[in-house]
Amino acid sequence: MEAKTLFDKIWDGHVVSQVKDGPDVLYIDRHFIHEVTSPVAFLGLEKRGMKVFRPQNTIATPDHNVPTINQHLPIKEELSRFQVETLRLNCAKNDIQLYSLDHQYHGIVHIIGPELGITQPGMTIVCGDSHTSTHGAFGSIAFGIGTSEVEMVFASQCILQPKPKKMRINVEGKLLDSVTAKDIALYVIAQISSSGGTGHFIEFSGSAIRSLTMEGRMTLCNMSIECGARGGMIAPDEVTFDYIKGREYAPKGEEWETKLAQWQQLKSDENAVFDVEFTFDAADIEPMITYGTNPGMGMGVNGTIPTGENLVGSDRITFGKALDYMGFKPGEKIKGKKVDYVFIGSCTNGRIEDFRLFANFVKGKKKADHVTAWIVPGSKKVEKQIREEGLVEIFEAAGFALRQPGCSACLAMNDDKIPEGKYSVSTSNRNFEGRQGPGARTMLASPLMAAAAAIAGVVADPREI
Amino acid sequence: MSIEKFKKLVSRVVPLPIENVDTDQIIPARFLKAVERKGFGDNLFRDWRYKKDGKPNEDFVLNNPLYSGEILVAGKNFGSGSSREHAAWAVYDAGFRVVVSSFFADIFKSNVLNNGLLPVQVPDNFLSEIFSTVESDPTSLFEVDLESQTVRNLKTGSSVQFEINSYKKECLLNGYDDIDFLISLKDKIVSFEQA
Repeated sequence: MEAKTLFDKIWDGHVVSQVKDGPDVLYIDRHFIHEVTSPVAFLGLEKRGMKVFRPQNTIATPDHNVPTINQHLPIKEELSRFQVETLRLNCAKNDIQLYSLDHQYHGIVHIIGPELGITQPGMTIVCGDSHTSTHGAFGSIAFGIGTSEVEMVFASQCILQPKPKKMRINVEGKLLDSVTAKDIALYVIAQISSSGGTGHFIEFSGSAIRSLTMEGRMTLCNMSIECGARGGMIAPDEVTFDYIKGREYAPKGEEWETKLAQWQQLKSDENAVFDVEFTFDAADIEPMITYGTNPGMGMGVNGTIPTGENLVGSDRITFGKALDYMGFKPGEKIKGKKVDYVFIGSCTNGRIEDFRLFANFVKGKKKADHVTAWIVPGSKKVEKQIREEGLVEIFEAAGFALRQPGCSACLAMNDDKIPEGKYSVSTSNRNFEGRQGPGARTMLASPLMAAAAAIAGVVADPREI
Repeated sequence: MSIEKFKKLVSRVVPLPIENVDTDQIIPARFLKAVERKGFGDNLFRDWRYKKDGKPNEDFVLNNPLYSGEILVAGKNFGSGSSREHAAWAVYDAGFRVVVSSFFADIFKSNVLNNGLLPVQVPDNFLSEIFSTVESDPTSLFEVDLESQTVRNLKTGSSVQFEINSYKKECLLNGYDDIDFLISLKDKIVSFEQA
């Protein structure tokens, strides 16, 4: 029998039909929706006089637009309020489970899916959000889609999709002190560029990947879109099964045993061939930070900003434009650069482990006076856990306040905007121009790097504080 | 339901020789709050196109009267980042029918195809030639022919073929809609679920 990759096995098992010389008709097991990319799809469906075909496989939560303080009050901004309300109405009309702002399970769509046990190995999962790749951490095929495709899934529980090529990224060895999954992600993207994964679906493997917790694996898979890949996945193992067991939507009793036996088979065959393969040494990865305006413009915290001398043509124009925007000069050190804002949260780093890491670092220290810090849990459950574990007291003693769940300053659709020209060290996923607010300057990093920056008030190496 | 048909187009081009133009530049997140598909064209490249005071930035190509046309030509890795289809809507609503680059981000590419907008991927050297042709003469015309999958620089006469899968080509030529096609497969889908 032909050796197959994990990706092939799951994909091929979900093909309903093949279009000649065209895309596959892929069956979707779980469809997550939020307020921003669903309304036009619901409208389209209504125009066809249809309702959602499989509402029981669709899960909704408002996350992009929601405020992160005073969530018990009506949303102040009219357009945001209307978008969130539209989601509620659409879900009610179509019998879709909605975890609204006042629900104990509310949170960022890519945080709540896994934490409720909705995300499971071997599934196909889509959402009108590019960071759907997060769910691949469980050994599922998960990817972001556009609104036309959201409508396809509403209408048919299927999507037309050409099969991507396969890439494997191995990270072998032991990670250095203070190096997290986020650093692996930023390192890999810096190595292969922000478009290096385009057209491919990644499987992450190797001993350094195996050593990651589920939270870490989610952070890594979350960022796979930032190298242009359709998604990233990690074969499930005991770490995965332990994480899922007992969660609200996880299989129980006999069904658990049956599912577990199936999930244990989910891995790439030994001789499976990937279209592209990279291997990196874990020991080469330093705590990372970005200096430019795409996630591929990253480097170790002790490094110097590249000079860009060898670049020509539009590469050079683009590089110069990025440094101008950031207010950085070629060849400069990034360590010691002043930091105005720190953001801990988002679907990339808004899980309990991220806040534990942050709390552990800031415990007994004081936030630099000039730094504004936004500590935003990824979900109500994470928020509850932060309180139960006594992390809030640690935050408060160090000068930090805890906010309420949502996408927040990752894309600044709510009021959490970094002001023009200000520097932010952010645990989110994109440092694009204006991503965190018009004119905002974003440096992406891990929660540990963010903690170090919040305490030092400048870009700092957490190992030196 | 259907998308607008596309067969052939002869037009001037609007050049944007910048790489990695992400969807946050094409349309910033703060303009994604509508619940209907309208008005996105006004906010295409919002933060490059307008100054902080809301006045047009005269240095930006969309505000330069020298350039016009239904073909947008951009540097490599156009449309990276978010899956927001609003980016495709914004480009389309601003009057473009074709986007040319040497490389497109995956989700953006699917999104434009689902909206009757043709992504044309060309080699780096052909892209550079377009930029220099337009730089020397902004009125230069280009022809994009979907049937023969060819893009031609009418000023220099050089042309290249571009790829598109035959299913999507058929959809664009005839204005077919993916969703109608999927709905027609309902029986197959139900039997797949029961298997």
